[in-house]
Amino acid sequence: MTRRTLIVVPFATIAAALLPAPAEAHLVTTGLGPIYDGVTHLVCSTDDLVPLIALALLAGLNGPIAGRRALFGVTAGWLLGGAAGLAAGTSVVPSSAAAVSMMLFGALTAASARLSPAIVAAGAVALGVGHGWLNGFAIREAARDGLAVTGIVAAVFTLTALVTAFVISLKTPWTRVAIRVLGSWIAAIGLLTLGWALHTA
Amino acid sequence: MTGTRARRDAIAVMLLLLLSATPLSAHVQPGQTEGFLTGMRHPVSGLDHVLAMIAVGLWGAQLGAPAIWLLPVTFPMMMAVGGFLALIGIPVPGVEIGVGLSALLLGAMVALEGRPRLVAAAALVGMFAIFHGHAHGAELPPGQNGLAYSIGFVVATGCLHGLGIAIGAIHRWPSGQVALRLAGALVALAGAGFVWRALA
Repeated sequence: MTRRTLIVVPFATIAAALLPAPAEAHLVTTGLGPIYDGVTHLVCSTDDLVPLIALALLAGLNGPIAGRRALFGVTAGWLLGGAAGLAAGTSVVPSSAAAVSMMLFGALTAASARLSPAIVAAGAVALGVGHGWLNGFAIREAARDGLAVTGIVAAVFTLTALVTAFVISLKTPWTRVAIRVLGSWIAAIGLLTLGWALHTA
Repeated sequence: MTGTRARRDAIAVMLLLLLSATPLSAHVQPGQTEGFLTGMRHPVSGLDHVLAMIAVGLWGAQLGAPAIWLLPVTFPMMMAVGGFLALIGIPVPGVEIGVGLSALLLGAMVALEGRPRLVAAAALVGMFAIFHGHAHGAELPPGQNGLAYSIGFVVATGCLHGLGIAIGAIHRWPSGQVALRLAGALVALAGAGFVWRALA
């Protein structure tokens, strides 16, 4: 048995044993606290998750410098926006911000736009502030603990770092094409989401 | 352990977990899981949509790079335009005829191994994508989440393109080229049937 088999087989067995089962209650009632609620919020909320992935894909396609700036830009922006949303108690960001983010970052990824790191960072900060503000406002409106923002921001940092680093590591041409196709999917989802928002309104 | 092997193992484990996932049924945003699954199911529930999507992939595989990725990038974006028009209430006349024609003409292009200019190929695919988006993009059952539905709808459509491209890989062999053209003819034949039904 090779060393690789010795590592992979137990890992796969443990992973299979820990297969997700239906969650019967939201994390709020499990007692894990607001920080874990925040972490889970990002993973479960597609309107925050998909635009963030689109940004990370774009940043990764633009190289390590853009990736690093986007990573810290979106994290800082999300934290500032979340704090501002909590403090202000009003939403100055339209709820269609998610759709617009998906369209913008998805289309730029699909086009494999070569952007300067400063522009990518500015986009990351704008995305972070907008979505963070909506999160902070929603947390205050629901009278939840504001610490949830820190959980969200931690998840934002981790996810952006992982996705951006993964895209940067891709070297073969077809893998970068696959990222562009993914960007086109996200842009399409954004346009449909905007349609749903207008339809509902 | 090399980087490639490690990545392959990681992808295998991720796929295992993904395929084994069950719905998170009690999250605060209601209708998400149902919306996603409805969106995933919708494109594969209609033969007209399935055949046209696979034909896009087959044609892309026949044409090779850059059409092999440009056509599947064009389609979902223009399909979303069609869905957007439907959602904001702008009618597109002759949608069902357009959907039928898409299978007919895209199948014919595969059957004839048509090689128009890249812009013309993308325009043809994009135009038909608007009909498909308008016909299917706004069919959300009440109480389900629009964003999740859209994700499922776009992902399922993209997977059908991927299936077409994977099948189109047989184009590298002479017998595969004949088989592809035959498959294109069958899609075109089915498309003629869809047009006939839409006009009847």
